[in-house]
Amino acid sequence: MNPASDLVNPIEVDARGLRCPLPVIRLAEAARDAPAGTWIIVLASDPAARYDIPAWCRMRDHELREMTDVPEMTDVPEMAEAAEMGGTEMSGTEMSGTEASGTGDPLAEGAQRAYLRFVVLIRAQRSKAGGTGSDSERPSRAT
Amino acid sequence: MAQHLLGDVPARLPRVLLDAASSPMLPAARATLMAALDAGWADPRRLYAESRTARALLDQAREVLAQGLGVRPAEVSFLPSGPAAIRSGLEGLRYAGRRRGARIVATAVEHSAILTTGRYHAAEAQDPSLLAEVPVDRWGRVDLSALQQALAIPGTVVAAVQSANGEVGTRQPLEEAHLLCRTHGIPLLVDATASLGREAAPEDFDVLAGDARSWGGPGGLGVLVVPERTRWRRPGPVSELEHGRTDVEPMIALALAAAEAWRQTDASRTEQSAVSSTLIRRLRAAADDLPDVEVVGDPVDRLPHVLTFSLLYVDGEALVIELDRRGFAVGSGSACTSSTLEPSHVLAAMGVLTHGNVRVTLPLSPIAETLEGDVSRFIADLPDAVATVRAHLGVPDL
Repeated sequence: MNPASDLVNPIEVDARGLRCPLPVIRLAEAARDAPAGTWIIVLASDPAARYDIPAWCRMRDHELREMTDVPEMTDVPEMAEAAEMGGTEMSGTEMSGTEASGTGDPLAEGAQRAYLRFVVLIRAQRSKAGGTGSDSERPSRAT
Repeated sequence: MAQHLLGDVPARLPRVLLDAASSPMLPAARATLMAALDAGWADPRRLYAESRTARALLDQAREVLAQGLGVRPAEVSFLPSGPAAIRSGLEGLRYAGRRRGARIVATAVEHSAILTTGRYHAAEAQDPSLLAEVPVDRWGRVDLSALQQALAIPGTVVAAVQSANGEVGTRQPLEEAHLLCRTHGIPLLVDATASLGREAAPEDFDVLAGDARSWGGPGGLGVLVVPERTRWRRPGPVSELEHGRTDVEPMIALALAAAEAWRQTDASRTEQSAVSSTLIRRLRAAADDLPDVEVVGDPVDRLPHVLTFSLLYVDGEALVIELDRRGFAVGSGSACTSSTLEPSHVLAAMGVLTHGNVRVTLPLSPIAETLEGDVSRFIADLPDAVATVRAHLGVPDL
């Protein structure tokens, strides 16, 4: 059930509560100096992460091994605390965004919002990519 | 005397409009609109002279658009907006097929007027199978074999495939889609709100929806085409307006302005398309040169006036605001630019980067007379605008 147990010394990036594009930026920072073969686990609650983390892996030629929906839970105070810890890394502007989205939150204090968990395998680092929309990659039109 | 509502709006700023999904009207359409407000105010169903004038103007508008779309005037109805025409087209096909089923098949990149309507029906009936969203490839083009499989499921009564996607420009294979629909005996609704006026009107459809804004006409006017051969019925009480296809009386001045815009745009369409294509090629090359960019949509089989790209490590909202500060109005499908925090469903369905998204939709040249210079200025400013926004986020070397 927990694939992390199979991974060797994974780096964990907790980007929960951060808005796009910050989860991808946190992931890229963690990946910057990581040697090939490094595992990175990313936790993100921003809806755009579902699309942008896979897109980043594709653009950077890293491998997305897994994307799992972790459902919302209530009455788990220690996990809520962990999420807040993740939140302390945020700068002022990011924090205000989180607070704005949090007002009127139907979840009681001590609840855990749903989030996504990604497992990324870093491949050999390469020079940064330009556009990926080149004609050579274009699939032939189906008929 | 009361102050005018527009009293406090500042005079024209030196602005570059590159988000022409909605734009000011063509000057000729605007003039027609103003004149028609005076000439066509009356209820066209009354019997006196002013009403007969109004009726004649409405008929004239209908004839112009019917001719342009290659259909008969009785097949054309005016609706309150493009999205209203799309939704009505869908509901009428679904209702007409209600004895066979209620299932809607739509590409995953259709207009939200289609997808939200489908989801509403599925939720109401507590039956998720009532809407099938057909996947698209990385370029946003519908997967025809998946479409075929979706059409084969019993109870399907309508298929929706757009002529081209307004967000990323990719054209859809309408001819092939229509053939598949015919094979399965399912009517095809074509949303042409992104392409009409920019490209030849589609011929492969059973119901067609358009929006006057796409050809330089006014907002607030949609066009619904229901050919005689198509079984279509509006749910609800019978209406005598617009051949029974709406219960909202069309505003004659808007219809006439839309018809005038069509005449102007249609006459210069080939030339417009060539101008747009050249500028979009230049914009595409400039976007491709940006670091960490993904230019999205089909590079070849696409609308001539739309270009969309996404930038890694860029906040879409910040970039739109930065470009606005520099005098450029652009669109974006990034989550942070929407009210819902959800990114564009089109970008999501394509599996492309959704953050740092910029969408350029070129206006028609009579609306933007300095378009070529404007685009050059945008190309010159873009790298610095992107660098500025990235610097704010502190992403020097990722």
